[in-house]
Amino acid sequence: MRKALLMIAVTAAATCNLKPVVAETKVAETELEAIEQQLEALKIEHEKRIQVLEGSSLNSNGNSKGQSSFNPAISLILDGRYASFDNDPEEYELPGFALGGEAGLGEKGFSVGHTELMMSANVDDKFFGRMTVAIAEHEGSTEVELEEAFIQTLGLGHGLTIKAGRFLSEIGYLNTQHAHSWDFADAPLIYRGLFGNQLIDDGVQLTYVVPVDLFLQVGAEASSGSRFPAGGTSDGVGAWTVFADVGGDLGIEHSWQLGLSHWQADDVEGRASGGHAHGGGDVETPSFDGDSKINALDLVYKWAPNGNPKNTNFKLQFEYFSRQENGGITMLNSGPPLETSSYDGDQNGWYLQATYRFKPQWQTGLRYDRLSSNNTGSDSDVLAEAGLDDEGHTPERISVMVEWVPSEFSRIRLQYNRDDSYEETDNQLFLQYTMSLGSHGAHSF
Amino acid sequence: MFNQRIKKYSFGVLLWLLYANVAHAQIDIFACEPEWAALSRTLGGDAVKVYSATTAQQDPHHIQARPSLIAKVRRADLLVCTGAELEIGWLPLLLRKSGNGKVQPGQEGHFLAADQVSLLEKPAVLDRSLGDIHASGNPHIQFDPRRILQIASALGNRLIIVDPANSELYQKNLQGFTEQWQQAIARWEQSAHPLHGKPIVVSHNNWIYMEQWLGLKKVAVLEPKPGIPPNSTHLSKLLTRLKKSPADMILVASYQNDKSARWLSQKTGMPIVKLAFGPIKNQTLIQWFDQIMSLLVSNPP
Repeated sequence: MRKALLMIAVTAAATCNLKPVVAETKVAETELEAIEQQLEALKIEHEKRIQVLEGSSLNSNGNSKGQSSFNPAISLILDGRYASFDNDPEEYELPGFALGGEAGLGEKGFSVGHTELMMSANVDDKFFGRMTVAIAEHEGSTEVELEEAFIQTLGLGHGLTIKAGRFLSEIGYLNTQHAHSWDFADAPLIYRGLFGNQLIDDGVQLTYVVPVDLFLQVGAEASSGSRFPAGGTSDGVGAWTVFADVGGDLGIEHSWQLGLSHWQADDVEGRASGGHAHGGGDVETPSFDGDSKINALDLVYKWAPNGNPKNTNFKLQFEYFSRQENGGITMLNSGPPLETSSYDGDQNGWYLQATYRFKPQWQTGLRYDRLSSNNTGSDSDVLAEAGLDDEGHTPERISVMVEWVPSEFSRIRLQYNRDDSYEETDNQLFLQYTMSLGSHGAHSF
Repeated sequence: MFNQRIKKYSFGVLLWLLYANVAHAQIDIFACEPEWAALSRTLGGDAVKVYSATTAQQDPHHIQARPSLIAKVRRADLLVCTGAELEIGWLPLLLRKSGNGKVQPGQEGHFLAADQVSLLEKPAVLDRSLGDIHASGNPHIQFDPRRILQIASALGNRLIIVDPANSELYQKNLQGFTEQWQQAIARWEQSAHPLHGKPIVVSHNNWIYMEQWLGLKKVAVLEPKPGIPPNSTHLSKLLTRLKKSPADMILVASYQNDKSARWLSQKTGMPIVKLAFGPIKNQTLIQWFDQIMSLLVSNPP
């Protein structure tokens, strides 16, 4: 009974309320939609606000502190090697070239090379400065050598840059690069013969980049001329250099640079080069007075697939130098009477080298050096004693190397030279490490 | 006859001078990467001449300071680069050698995108044994469109400062870009919704901004340390791990060698998605992002 009543009531209610129920659901649906829309709008609003917040709160200027977060940028180059020579490295000579500066083969066996400490920074918005100190062992004593200490204008405008202080001269191509970034463990023979490895002097340099699409740079240097191969005691400007470089790209993968340079010292006084001791007596040292001119041509070509040199790249490098000298040679500590000769020097040489990075961490290279000279003078015996007679020999050398480069900061190199610098062929083997700590500056092309 | 020739030549020289003058009226922009070149083109329109120092095929960390680049910086009125030490191996040298005062650090003509936004992954410890890390944070900001918006607005304002004569044009272009870009962001976010929370493997840690934006989950990096190429020990470790719990895809940048990625893909069946690291040729930023997003989304999970 109760059940039946309930049934009736429910049915009645159902039939009566049928319409309103349907209507209510519709209302609910529209309301829900509205709420959903509101929510969506809120969500978008919220997201926008978050974005703005993210932007404003963390919109910190100065994430990149210019060149480095270290100021000044400090970098340390550690370099060491094991060297083996067939001949005695002390006997090394380069007939036709009077060796000076740091020319030579270095120590036999284990030795540390140039440990370089470099500091550089933008001084302010107008100047950049850099200092490089090399610590090296020379015949048992540790020497600290100031390799570079210069300031340079930053954005002087109109493509002009002025550099002053002690710097690597723009002569040739390799000369402007530090030894640690060379592709071989030793300098090309012509650099060894003419500059004692590298031409560094105190002075001032002006460069101008011409505003054309091709890279075209011209410049001049005036320097004291007090260091080898000027090596004079002249006051004021002892040597000067002019140079021009042109370069560009061929597509994305190929790039090149061609350079011409000229160096001249008009009044060299007493340029000393390596001497020979005779039977325990005083060392007789050849000394040159006169004028000296060097002309140089350099050509560099680089290839990198897709312009990505990191994993694969190829580099071809050629340099030619020729030097004309006029003056006299005096053998210091000789005689009496002092041995002298007039001297008309004509020396030239070139090298060609190629390096190939065949895997991301591996690189190999091949280099060929060749020199020749034709020096004349009033006393050929004196010239011979000064090392300026070519002894009928054409110095040449062939070098092969392979490098493991785990990162851009470390390198381990194995190099073999078949060195015919002088008559006795020398087989030379180097195992060398070069590591760079701290901030690491950019390398030039 | 000779006189006529001279006239002809002088007329030619005059024309050339006129042309040079007209050409000079355009602002020369040197962009380090193609994404900033594209942005500069969009914001600058006809008032600017843009040169991109690199392509999407090039690793912006490792560019050589080539003579051609020095020549371009020499003539630039505005330099637009990423900053955050991304270009530390080449840009400082270009700037020093260019002798161009307008684009030196601190000048109006020196614009760094990373300075306009917040950076992720600022390392607490600077130690090279951790690989090639950037002291100021991860510089690959171009994959966050929200950050791009901030950069665009800053660059638009910078263009107005550098070249006030065309300020109206820059303002208009910035406004146009902002609207289009905001719409595009909404579109991309919607299409990328299914990607949220998906595990991915990357070859180099240069997708962090995209991971954050789209909610992708990086589960492995092919490089053992940033900038150190993948080695077999590291890869085989990854393989065992990824076999158990595979990711949805391996992300590789267009400039990277994909050898290790291909090896891992063959072993695990995870698909490789190779994305252009910046706009290709004359693509706009929107076209480039459209392409990236469609590649990401079309990849079956």
